[in-house]
Amino acid sequence: MRYSYFPGCSMKATGKAYDFSINYVTKKIGMELLEIDDWNCCGATAAHSVSADLALGLNARTLALAEAQYPDLEIAVPCAACYSALRSALHAARSSKEKLAKIQDLIEMPYEGKNGVISFMETFSRPDAMKAISENVVVKLDGLKVACYYGCLTARPANIAGPDDVENPMQMDDVVALTGATPVDWAFKTECCGGAHHVDRPKAALPLIQRILQNAQANGADAIATACPLCCLNLDMRQLELNKKQGTNFNIPIYYFTELMAMSMGANPKEIGVQTHFFPAVPLMEKYMVKGGSAV
Amino acid sequence: MEICLNTPEVTLAEIGAIVDRAHVELHKCYQCGKCTASCPMAHAMDMTPREVIRHLQLGLLDEALHSKAVWVCASCHTCSARCPNGVEIAHLMEVLRQEARKRNIITVKEVNKFANIFLFNIRNFGKSHEVVLCALYNVLSGHLFQDVGTMPHLLKHKLIFFKPHVVKDKAAVRRLMDKALKGVDKA
Repeated sequence: MRYSYFPGCSMKATGKAYDFSINYVTKKIGMELLEIDDWNCCGATAAHSVSADLALGLNARTLALAEAQYPDLEIAVPCAACYSALRSALHAARSSKEKLAKIQDLIEMPYEGKNGVISFMETFSRPDAMKAISENVVVKLDGLKVACYYGCLTARPANIAGPDDVENPMQMDDVVALTGATPVDWAFKTECCGGAHHVDRPKAALPLIQRILQNAQANGADAIATACPLCCLNLDMRQLELNKKQGTNFNIPIYYFTELMAMSMGANPKEIGVQTHFFPAVPLMEKYMVKGGSAV
Repeated sequence: MEICLNTPEVTLAEIGAIVDRAHVELHKCYQCGKCTASCPMAHAMDMTPREVIRHLQLGLLDEALHSKAVWVCASCHTCSARCPNGVEIAHLMEVLRQEARKRNIITVKEVNKFANIFLFNIRNFGKSHEVVLCALYNVLSGHLFQDVGTMPHLLKHKLIFFKPHVVKDKAAVRRLMDKALKGVDKA
């Protein structure tokens, strides 16, 4: 279990709890992450909105660095937007010799499109990782009902993201189930959270959050697990805003799925940053960690 | 169709180039509307995704490029995933957005501004820096106080920092950006 690691820009800032919990879990289960030296931003929606070549170039540079530094390793990516952008560039590089030559010219570096790009949902749902996770669970989160939220870009476009199922992916559900929590069946797993429009079209993007929270609540979820710093921030920060502005009464703490894993492995919520969420997320965890008790 | 609407040849050629870039065959859309039904941003659009395609089918390129829809699209790709006839609508919206930007038809200024500031960040740091991004956006868009209420929480938990992380080889990132953006108007 060794991967080269592309953290992405949010991981040191608003996505801190994702970073802490990934470090905690990977150390516990003996998964080695080697950060790509001098990686750059994937460009997110901004780059491909302006020019396809720009998105291609920015991501190909990082892929080429990874290929040179860790030629035998797949690249593990925590953020859905980075994942999608890197996979798109890889897809282009592998699509034809002409495209590859164009990429090489753009980044002025050798690059062959050798290394795969995978999400942390995938690294953790591989059989050896699943086994190691199960062996390290010390506190079962029994009774905690979790809506696993995948968002857009780990599921779509299907030929780029390569999900196990476009409408009903299960990788995160399978990993979360190892913690003892119960993933709920719900309809908004891959609905869009509004992404960057929460800055540039905030009023138009707010109903997207409301619908996702509503559906999770209607299906009995106590919490939502996410696999992307932007999805997490949007659902988390806007929940309080909705309750205030729309008079809704949502009470659904938002976590990174890796936080649930870390806590089931005995992490103290504060050491992995659970207190950094906008919507208070520590109390629910404390409740279930006590309730579940020690399982192993 | 082009005969009754009398679309000039040159416009038809432009539409042809756009749909080719998006890998879309316009005739494949039979206007079922599933894209629009699936679109999470349709409520904020002046022209729904189905209507954008219809306009192009009818040769009405200028109308499509002037829609707010191409900027409001969140690039979530639900439309493409659910289209029963495999039309890459999300990709088409993206190419239309690029094309509108090139022609300086910016119907939703904030979206374009946000993208510009995002790229300014990458050009200067090689990475995205959330404080610079949001502060510049608020100042340049005139939405001065947007989300400032979140600042105490962000500061308390050190979720933002003021010193940007910078790539070592800034010149390489700049060079590839310049190359990629050659010929694209800096709208």
